[in-house]
Amino acid sequence: MHLKPFALSALHSATSGGRRYHVWMGGLTLIMLVGAYAYSLQLRYGLGVTGMNDHVSWGLYISNFTFLVGLAAAAMMLVLPAYILKDVDFGRAVLMAEAVAVAALVMCLAFVVVDIGNPLGGWHLMPGIGFLNWPRSLLAWDVLVLNGYLALNLVIPFYILYSRFSGRQPDKRKYIPWMYIAVMWAVSIHLVTAFLLAGLPARPFWNTALLGPRFLASAFTAGPAFVILLLWFIRRETEYEISEGAFSKLALITTVAAQINLVMLGSELFYKFYSPTHHGINARYLFFGLDGHNALVPWIWTAIALSTVATIALMIHPVRNNPRWLIPACVALFVGIWIEKGIGLVVPGFIPSPLGEIVEYTPSLVELGVTAGVWALGMFVLTVLVRVALPIELGEVRSPYVEDAGAARIVRPRSTRTQRRDIRPVRTR
Amino acid sequence: MTSDPTTDVPRDAAGQTLLQKRVDRRRALSILLGGAAAGTSAVAACAPVSAATPESKEAKLLAWREYIKGNYRTMTDAERAETIARLERLAELKRGVDVTIQSTGAQPGVVFGYAFNISKCKGFRSCVEACINENNLDRRAATEYIRIFEMEDGVIDFDHADATFQHEVPAEGHFYIGTQCFQCADPPCVKVCPVGATWQEPDGITVVDYDWCIGCRYCMAACPYWARRFNWSEPEVPVAELNTNQHYLGNRARKTGVVEKCHFCIHRTRKGQLPACVEACPTGARVFGNLLDPNSEIRWILANKRVFRLKEDLKIEPRFWYFTD
Repeated sequence: MHLKPFALSALHSATSGGRRYHVWMGGLTLIMLVGAYAYSLQLRYGLGVTGMNDHVSWGLYISNFTFLVGLAAAAMMLVLPAYILKDVDFGRAVLMAEAVAVAALVMCLAFVVVDIGNPLGGWHLMPGIGFLNWPRSLLAWDVLVLNGYLALNLVIPFYILYSRFSGRQPDKRKYIPWMYIAVMWAVSIHLVTAFLLAGLPARPFWNTALLGPRFLASAFTAGPAFVILLLWFIRRETEYEISEGAFSKLALITTVAAQINLVMLGSELFYKFYSPTHHGINARYLFFGLDGHNALVPWIWTAIALSTVATIALMIHPVRNNPRWLIPACVALFVGIWIEKGIGLVVPGFIPSPLGEIVEYTPSLVELGVTAGVWALGMFVLTVLVRVALPIELGEVRSPYVEDAGAARIVRPRSTRTQRRDIRPVRTR
Repeated sequence: MTSDPTTDVPRDAAGQTLLQKRVDRRRALSILLGGAAAGTSAVAACAPVSAATPESKEAKLLAWREYIKGNYRTMTDAERAETIARLERLAELKRGVDVTIQSTGAQPGVVFGYAFNISKCKGFRSCVEACINENNLDRRAATEYIRIFEMEDGVIDFDHADATFQHEVPAEGHFYIGTQCFQCADPPCVKVCPVGATWQEPDGITVVDYDWCIGCRYCMAACPYWARRFNWSEPEVPVAELNTNQHYLGNRARKTGVVEKCHFCIHRTRKGQLPACVEACPTGARVFGNLLDPNSEIRWILANKRVFRLKEDLKIEPRFWYFTD
């Protein structure tokens, strides 16, 4: 068995690096500590230290949760072509995408935990000793699909990495069936989270059949956009080869999904505003404000502007294929969808209340601290996973019990790394 | 139409419910961990008594037992009696008050219903005040189960109604509509609870097991009448104002981070009394009774008045009707 050397080498990979790496990890740790302190206040004094109230009973935490579920789901946009359609370009990118999924799921679960008023009662959810209201409660479904998806995304990459580490070729018969399950599961996590909201007739803002598809479209926009950013960074900073094709295909996926996302947003707005019924009152609050209450108006228009401009930009081929434009466009899409599928989706569902009362919501400092802490946790997890996976994938790290373990260098000197290149593909015409 | 969750529980050959088996397993856990009863800092933090006195030890032990207990709905009668004895003792240890907690079950042949006379309500809010006192509602957060909306004559329009009016009532050109939990026959809040901490009793009252609720607030999002309240911080009720006549599923002490709601004054109505809001109303706008009793006042109103309910289109069948004279 190579488990012990695997763990030791993973620990070594994760804890060694240059100065910038340590500053980055140290910074994340600091933010996590701030978050932990903020959470301790929340534990001591109750959720009253947040900006939430009986009217807006879900806020920043659940907003981030709904967005991050999409980020997790989107990894499968790479897994499907890479493993099942055997796309060579994605072959090397896919483990990174799965690391993104794991980090996103860790953040999702953390956001749910910090949002719960009685976290010590968490065991009530466990089937067997507690009681999981499945299949009636969509939240019970969400618990199952999120944890199942997390398990799939931990086990499959672990198997592949561990096989490589042990000097074996991973056996396709052992992991491809699970891949098929994981691909379908990815769709389910986002659909279930959408249905969790869409299934509430009390909240007309969410109670629409389009919510599930809209969640998927935005997930397949923000997710690949984030993976592009990560791969771009990995390619710039390490010698891990990621082909031009991977970038151009990911950019294309992002562009198409962003277009579909905007079309669906347009349909939703048409439905809410062309015949202004009471059903559209929350959308009116979100986009134009109601009776002088307009806290979310600047946010949502920023999101719409970012998404629209970035989508249009990505539709222009030279722009999409030039990292100088591709990277900012991906950042814009990511931020735009974070607002739209986060605060812009969750909070207006509560304003005005089902009885027409308008109580606005502003996150408190404690809430912001906890949120920053959870994001730092996610980035920390992502960094560690990438840091462990890269040298194994590069062949730099192998189990000492493997015969040709000669190349067991963890980090090569910087100078030997390839320089940043233009990722524009060669024109064929 | 009424779905009774207690009868949905699957039973094995010995007639035992699966849920009861879980309780057994949990009891085994309790015995295993019983030695550590005074331990677990998490639970100890819930017992704010200074260390090492016999009372503090007892409080910690009781708090630990409370922590690992099951859902009220699935407890045996003996377990219900145990948890009630513990809660009464804890109230004595923590606050020095002698409370009585009932576990009166639903009476057969009873389904409660409520009617509200819009012509008679004058917006005095005596019902709101009575409810706060009767149900030990959090004074600091000013929790209210009942809301009285002041509307302009002519149209029922909640969007432009005022539930926070602070002036002499009745105001000229206005009328009043009260809302609270409408005890739907098909409650959306019950369906969504991931842990089964809220359910509908056979007499139609939707209740919350405050000790089983995990505080996810999904039920609050699901309620179309905004009838659920969350304990954002430690509820505060002065000892002098505490109503010691309590029910496990009703007005007993709640804690931080759990949801609560109107329960038709379960501790009163299950013994044949009227809810506090009905008794307090000076104009007689509120009518409460047994829908299954053909001679009840509420049945007379349903048969003889023009009644309506809010948000009928949702098909959740609230058992709360409005009518006018």
